[in-house]
Amino acid sequence: MLGRTANGLYWMFRYIERAENTARLIDAGLRMSLTRSDSRDDDWDGVLQSAGVREDYDKTHAALSSMDAVDYLLRDKNNASSVMSCIEAARNNARMVRTALTRETWEAVNECWIELRHVLARKARSTDLPEIIETIKRRAGLIRGAFHGTMLRDDIYNFARIGTFIERADNTARILDVKYYVLLPAISQVGSSLDNMQWESILRSVSAHRSYGWVYDGEYTPSNIAHFLILNARMPRSLAFSYEKIVSNLCVLGQTYGETHAAHETASTTLTLLQNRTMEDVMDQGLHEFIEEFIVQNNRLGQEIADGYRFYQ
Amino acid sequence: MMNADMSPRRPYKDYHEWYSSQDRARLIAKSRDAENIFRKTGITFAVYGHADSSEKLIPFDLIPRIISGREWRKLAQGIEQRVIALNAFLDDIYHKQEIIRAGRLPRQLIEKNEAFLPQMIGFKPPGGVYTHIVGTDIVRTGEDQFYVLEDNARTPSGVSYMLENRETMMQMFPELFHQNKVRPVQNYPNLLRQSLASLAPPGCSGRPRVAVLTPGIYNSAYYEHAFLADQMGVELVEGSDLRVIDGKVKMRTTRGYEAIDVLYRRVDDDFLDPLTFRPESALGIPGIMDVYRAGNITIANAPGTGICDDKAIYSYMPEIVEFYTGRKAILENVPTWRCSEPDSLQYVLEHLEELVVKEVHGSGGYGMLVGPTATKRERALFADKLKSKPGSYIAQPTLSLSTVPILVNKGVAPRHVDLRPYVLVSDKVQIIPGGLTRVALKAGSLVVNSSQGGGTKDTWVLED
Repeated sequence: MLGRTANGLYWMFRYIERAENTARLIDAGLRMSLTRSDSRDDDWDGVLQSAGVREDYDKTHAALSSMDAVDYLLRDKNNASSVMSCIEAARNNARMVRTALTRETWEAVNECWIELRHVLARKARSTDLPEIIETIKRRAGLIRGAFHGTMLRDDIYNFARIGTFIERADNTARILDVKYYVLLPAISQVGSSLDNMQWESILRSVSAHRSYGWVYDGEYTPSNIAHFLILNARMPRSLAFSYEKIVSNLCVLGQTYGETHAAHETASTTLTLLQNRTMEDVMDQGLHEFIEEFIVQNNRLGQEIADGYRFYQ
Repeated sequence: MMNADMSPRRPYKDYHEWYSSQDRARLIAKSRDAENIFRKTGITFAVYGHADSSEKLIPFDLIPRIISGREWRKLAQGIEQRVIALNAFLDDIYHKQEIIRAGRLPRQLIEKNEAFLPQMIGFKPPGGVYTHIVGTDIVRTGEDQFYVLEDNARTPSGVSYMLENRETMMQMFPELFHQNKVRPVQNYPNLLRQSLASLAPPGCSGRPRVAVLTPGIYNSAYYEHAFLADQMGVELVEGSDLRVIDGKVKMRTTRGYEAIDVLYRRVDDDFLDPLTFRPESALGIPGIMDVYRAGNITIANAPGTGICDDKAIYSYMPEIVEFYTGRKAILENVPTWRCSEPDSLQYVLEHLEELVVKEVHGSGGYGMLVGPTATKRERALFADKLKSKPGSYIAQPTLSLSTVPILVNKGVAPRHVDLRPYVLVSDKVQIIPGGLTRVALKAGSLVVNSSQGGGTKDTWVLED
């Protein structure tokens, strides 16, 4: 496979993942402003931070308002991580690697682009937002379905999966990075309504507010929530789950190609760390420090993969 | 479709019967279905100079253009003769230049031509083939009267539309393919791959590695490049993927650099090798011409092929065919005035309202004047351009092109068409029975180019 093709697949799936995550963040933000009696626009401050675009937002906006923030996250061309920018970039990458995709996968991406370009052609009215978010999630789901149902399990598949999970780990870590303080036992007053709402918002932004209840008997504690997002390997958006997938896909590539790279070592080390730690260990190190270190390491892994598999000239 | 007495022409007999039994509203709905299929599949092309709508659909008309087996045989013979002559001409031009010595072609026409590549002099490409893939543009003016408009021997495009049009027709109207014996075109990608692989360079051992070279996703024909690579099961590469290492052209893969034996390039000569041609080009592969001349890669079509389908050379095609095949050309050339010749220029200027004037190096219907439909002012402006650079233009009469029916809201209406059959050259010449029919969608219009609002149709060659 061409290095450029591997690069295109990796980024195509990173962008699809990012588009879906941004939609989820908007969803959580909307829910927060609905349920909170003293709703304020600076709820969106955290959402923009989680999406990693807080500073860029200020470059083009004088003030923070909910509808401006939503528009910036959904469709602003200046925002490379807006849903529309991500879908454009995913489709461009898909066009570039067209020969590596099944017809079904390509058409799912293309149709996603066609529909969202139409839906996001103008600024959304707040009454339309739930449906728009639903459409984005549904389209991302259709791409995933076509991909899993039709793609050969070869190196093409591996690079796509690695892109998905590097992005997902990054997104989950960012949400934690912005909200870590509400999960610190010392600060939060367990059981206060403000905390409950903050926690639910975190879970909602990773589509886990229902599954959490099943796993932890509905008991909201900061430590359990952090555990769910970081160490629980059954939770499909946790750091541990993402790294299991990254490591297994890298291993298959290592076997297929008969060579390993620095990336293999880095990914395995991180996975071992996530598997052998308890929540107490993490809290002892400091939740904030742990997450910051993880984000840096995750970025480095992305670079090592690009180098090892000759993504660029 | 119809004879003068309003009975259907023979090849259309079965289709006409079927069509008469169809509900028009259903057909129009099917037309929209077809458009959706194309949009969903991403069968689009880019129009240069359109900022907002960078991807467009080529309109598809669902009434097939039908050619009888008898008509096709004559066409195929004529095309084969012409393609053989083109390759012989190229070989001669880059070697002994006997046609010039024989006084049949002016020397300056070759030597002053930008499409002529001195780097190719004395070099014989693998298998002696210069133009591997040809798309001959043909128009019809009467029952047995065919003219060749252009030879397209460099990088003819549009073959993906031939294939997708057929695919779409078979999806929408399977019953038609039971009733009519239509010759298949779907094996084109296979034939293309075999044809390319059979011309691998002598140094290639084992199974030849074929790749398609594209300028990238922003090129107007990118869809076709990806489509062909996909259908052939070969890599689609860009210049940045390739590098000359140890005297071979190699592509950067996830496991390191791997050699390519045959490159089906869809970039122009100018952008092939910045060391040899345009130094500022970022698309090419530095040093590929050295590898080529050392016999370590096959480039299809060969660099320098453009010298044979240049519009100024075109007017000499009857002589060229006769010179190399020893027989009169089976297919006719459209009479052509070369504006570089003072008498011809005079004639063209006096008859602008009857003529089509084209740029010698132009393509895609850009920069041409269609005299009969142009306004007085447009003709006057064009006359000035002609006088200032006569050598850049040729002129041809407007032919009374045949029409075929297209589906419109009120039923069917006649529109002008041309036909581009595709030819593969290796140790044999293979002509795919069918081709791309382009249709001028505006009533009366003679311009079929997709960049100028033309559409396409499925093209049937019947077995009979």
